[in-house]
Amino acid sequence: MNLFGIFSQIEKADAEAGDKLDFARRKMLKTATVAAAATPAFFVGMVNKAFAAEGCAGDAVAILKYALTLEYLERDFYRAAQFKAGLLPAGTRAYVVQIAKHEAQHVDLLEGVLGLKKNELQPKYNTGTLNAALADYDTFLTYAQALEDTGVRAYKGQAACLLEEGSATAKVALPVALRIHSVEARHAAAVRHMRGLRVWASSGENGMEADPKVYAHEDMGQQGGADLEGYFNLPENKMKLYTPEMAKRTVYESFDEPLTKDEVLAIAGPFFASMM
Amino acid sequence: MEELTSTSIPKKGPSVAAIPSVERRMFLRALGLTTVSASAFLAACQNSINDVAPKISGARISAEGVSFGEGDFAILNYAYALEQLETAFYMAVIEKKTFPAGSKEEMVFKDIHDHELVHREFFKLALGSNAIGELEFDVSSIDFSNRREVLNTARILEDTGVAAYNGAGPLLTNSTFMTLAGKIVSVEARHASLISMILQPGGALFAGDYVVDNNGLERPLTISEVLGRAGKYIKTPINPASLLALESSKS
Repeated sequence: MNLFGIFSQIEKADAEAGDKLDFARRKMLKTATVAAAATPAFFVGMVNKAFAAEGCAGDAVAILKYALTLEYLERDFYRAAQFKAGLLPAGTRAYVVQIAKHEAQHVDLLEGVLGLKKNELQPKYNTGTLNAALADYDTFLTYAQALEDTGVRAYKGQAACLLEEGSATAKVALPVALRIHSVEARHAAAVRHMRGLRVWASSGENGMEADPKVYAHEDMGQQGGADLEGYFNLPENKMKLYTPEMAKRTVYESFDEPLTKDEVLAIAGPFFASMM
Repeated sequence: MEELTSTSIPKKGPSVAAIPSVERRMFLRALGLTTVSASAFLAACQNSINDVAPKISGARISAEGVSFGEGDFAILNYAYALEQLETAFYMAVIEKKTFPAGSKEEMVFKDIHDHELVHREFFKLALGSNAIGELEFDVSSIDFSNRREVLNTARILEDTGVAAYNGAGPLLTNSTFMTLAGKIVSVEARHASLISMILQPGGALFAGDYVVDNNGLERPLTISEVLGRAGKYIKTPINPASLLALESSKS
């Protein structure tokens, strides 16, 4: 797949598509108001659902730039770790090199999709925070885990935004975001594994935390209107599990939760020279 | 409990009947659902049929088989079917005692089984009356006494699950479903990563180049590719026509 340079073509197409979308939406809303009684229920549902996603970083371009900022941070964090003499113990380098490679590829890809020059939007870092995060191996892993688990939650939080936007740019960005999202989750599991932790997020299972905000509202008993915590509290359902005594934790671990843009930037903020 | 009812999503997912008849016949033919006489037009379509049919030949495909439904429900039922398969596989691993009782590996497989079971029950509860039934599986082709084979099968199933979600995710039209699928797929990716680290401690397999491309993107799989991998374990005949039509209409 060649995504490079595609953005400039899309942008032109989008300028028109955006107008059409706005028009269609206005028309749709008008129709729903005027003719609500005659409108099928599912149609009203669709109208009401339009642009209901929360915590969006903006439109597709803003979302891609937001993702790029996080990828710059990850790339430069791992790059610094790789080049800091004596930081990585023997036998851990293959993990770190693989992760670092992907973060650099994500930067290149997102820059390409956005039609940017190399490092055009690279942020200025707070070197104090960055150096402190690389003080020693354990500290490095603590921060790596925070960045990876936050990354997973950040991408997850934007998927609905891109779907709802539905522009040509968003249609390119959505599969890209999904396919980066699962790579970040593989990284997160690897870093957690390197720390000897369970690879899934739930409270009390995250080791020493760089920032408690990384795991805010990660323990959810309800999903999509289903009370899973209650369901697995019933003996007949609990007994289907091999670890019934850990039913609650299992429910929490089975779903990774999204974070909004503001939540993510509150976590990543200290790494940047000036808060965005 | 509130179900994800049919009124909550726009019913704009195309049905088989709604797609052009040429494409429709191609699909049915590819699925072996019909015996259309060899016409010039079908011969012209032969290449694409040949592309699709062998890939899903492992599955038991039948016109009377379990249908996945329409629109977003087809995608969610597709995920539900994969979660059912994963749960059945991990249960077999534990019941057949591939790993010694109390071993670290057995604990990992119990944990993963339990996550898959939660996913399975979630889809059953959330889909309600729109859910496909419980499928039957046949995993007897797997040698459960062979630790390496079991670990590799688990890795392939998890990789396939992630690639299936990544491939089908963009076909969803409802953003609530998108977020829910996103909450699950990253947990599957963590499973894949963990199993790969057991297979290759200290190596790069956890996010290996075979699953992640040169742009750092995880390789997605189409529905027919996924059924080609997973279908051989699904004993219940299925009819993925509506699912495949959905994918084809978006490509």
